[in-house]
Amino acid sequence: MAATTAAEAAPGRRPAGRRGRLAPYLLVLPGWLWLAVFFVAPIASVVSMSLMTGSLTAGFTFTFETANYTRALGLYWEQILRSLAYGGLATLLCIALGYPVAYWIAFHGGAYKSTYLLLVLLPFFVSFVLRTVSWGFILADNGIVLGTLKDLGVLPGDAGVLNSAPAVVFGLAYNFLPFMVLPIYAVLERMDHRVVEAAHDLYAGRLQAFARVVLPMSLPGVFAGVIMTFIPTSADYVNATILGGTHNTMVGKVIETQYLVNNAYPLAAAITVVLMAVLLAGIFAYARALGTEQVMEVQAG
Amino acid sequence: MATATHPERAGPGEGPGATALPAISLERISKTYRSGGEAVAAVRELDLRVEKGEFFSLLGPSGCGKTTTMRVIAGFEDPTTGTVRLHGDDVTQVPPHRRDVNMVFQSYALFPHMTVFDNVAFGLRRKGVAREELNRRVGEALELVELAGRGRTRPGRLSGGQQQRVALARALVNRPSALLLDEPLGALDLKLRQAMQIELKRIQRDVGITFVYVTHDQGEALTMSDRIAVMNEGRVEQLGTPAEVYEHPATRFTAGFIGTSNLLSGEVADTGGGVTAIEVAGAGRVLAAGGAQAGGFPAGVRVDVTVRPEKVAIARAEPRGDLVRLRGTVTEVVYLGSATHYTVKLGNGAEIVVFQQNSSDAVGAAERGDTVWVSWRPEHSSVLTN
Repeated sequence: MAATTAAEAAPGRRPAGRRGRLAPYLLVLPGWLWLAVFFVAPIASVVSMSLMTGSLTAGFTFTFETANYTRALGLYWEQILRSLAYGGLATLLCIALGYPVAYWIAFHGGAYKSTYLLLVLLPFFVSFVLRTVSWGFILADNGIVLGTLKDLGVLPGDAGVLNSAPAVVFGLAYNFLPFMVLPIYAVLERMDHRVVEAAHDLYAGRLQAFARVVLPMSLPGVFAGVIMTFIPTSADYVNATILGGTHNTMVGKVIETQYLVNNAYPLAAAITVVLMAVLLAGIFAYARALGTEQVMEVQAG
Repeated sequence: MATATHPERAGPGEGPGATALPAISLERISKTYRSGGEAVAAVRELDLRVEKGEFFSLLGPSGCGKTTTMRVIAGFEDPTTGTVRLHGDDVTQVPPHRRDVNMVFQSYALFPHMTVFDNVAFGLRRKGVAREELNRRVGEALELVELAGRGRTRPGRLSGGQQQRVALARALVNRPSALLLDEPLGALDLKLRQAMQIELKRIQRDVGITFVYVTHDQGEALTMSDRIAVMNEGRVEQLGTPAEVYEHPATRFTAGFIGTSNLLSGEVADTGGGVTAIEVAGAGRVLAAGGAQAGGFPAGVRVDVTVRPEKVAIARAEPRGDLVRLRGTVTEVVYLGSATHYTVKLGNGAEIVVFQQNSSDAVGAAERGDTVWVSWRPEHSSVLTN
């Protein structure tokens, strides 16, 4: 009763009518369509493929084949763990290298901030694979670095870096460093410098001000950077293939082989789903550990 | 480097002889910035003494150097030349975190990732104050600014006025020897600002800490200050109590910046007996008497003389007594309820604004087009030096 009167008492709302009420939904429709076509559909097809049986020649049929998952985990748990370890190490290396860079550009870059950012992004102007192959040449047993050091007698003649875990982690960190620098920079650059001054004013030296104020306030940037490096580095197979050799295979390489070489689509899909699930669980655990307030709310304040 | 001062130094009023030293003294402070290869002077050869327990305001328009001066005191800016002393100790080379002054920032600069309690406790924790004392002092500070019970809130959830009070508590809790406030009320709406002015003054009286208050708002400065330094182009134009600065502006800048002023240009005709007579061509003779106006202006010198609008009386009949009397025509009458503002055009074309309270006999003193007399006592005239 009261609602009807209220609606009648608001004449401004009436002419809008049905189309007016639909307008907001129509406006978000392109976004939903985009998500449906490019996110929901591929995931659904991967998940359904992971539960099929058959072969490329005979065709695949949906049989709810959970054995794909037992095989995926049973055969490739080692590669999955290795991928997470390499990805994690590369991400830590990215933080260690990227945070100081972002900090320096944001607080001491002065008028040349954009130039420094461009320098950080410059490697992206060369193809990902080409860059990695170049590192293969640079780090080769008789390449520029090792060759020279061997000639100088600094390293023994049989020393090598390639085909080792450190080479892969280094390559991953190198390739994804900008993804760590940019989000951290974005947060630091927006930070009100007076907050840092306030810390100094309240008896905090440089180290204290950084540890108590700058670092906690920049955690959302680090969080974004971790997501943007940990996920792609864990799933990467280029670096492991080119710099890692046969003993350091990552799960990305396994998926590629199962899919493109063995044409075992269901198994490849099952490994993919496992990898995604593990990464998602990891991200959620990380967000919980940091506290959603830290991750989401600091910027609002 | 930091030997000159100690962050844990005794509070105000402790130790023999401490009372004689000013809380803050600036000696010939200059600050020059480089801007596009050009040197811009923000502060020029500034000398300033702020006494202990004083509410001292730096008042001036934006760009006058008041904020730079405050930042030099806080240690965020190194002066190009000059010496900063806190209680007599030279702290010019001491970094901000070792100076016994705290600042309330214009934008509050609260730590958004900490609770209100942690914000206020920040300084005490850095100084290593024991937990029990810390809890007590933070509690007291929050009570002082009437935010007891909001300790667990994040600053982002508080209103502007509440954030402002957190910023105040965060600085006051450390019991600094001086509190620096950089336009702390600028972001608040008028009503809240007026309430906070009274509040700030009460808090300052209660805690007895020296306040240095930077503002461009003359009303704020007049309301709260014990003394005001009016600044312009990196220099102090005038230093005095609110009444001195308002009643007797010494320079044209001060006269124009604080309140409304009537300005007349003329030539000194006669000095003697503590009275300066200024001949304003086409309008008449203006007398200035008493205090700083009492002479020192040789005859023939061109000067400006100023009088506040509320000191001027308006009448149809020629007033009697020892008054400055000028004749003119009313060009505008603005009725404001409790008062009426008249604009009177003098013979030389200059305009005199008159504020008259609407007491029973003053209503309708003049109408537009009337020929009237404006008059004031000679001691309300101020002769301006530049």
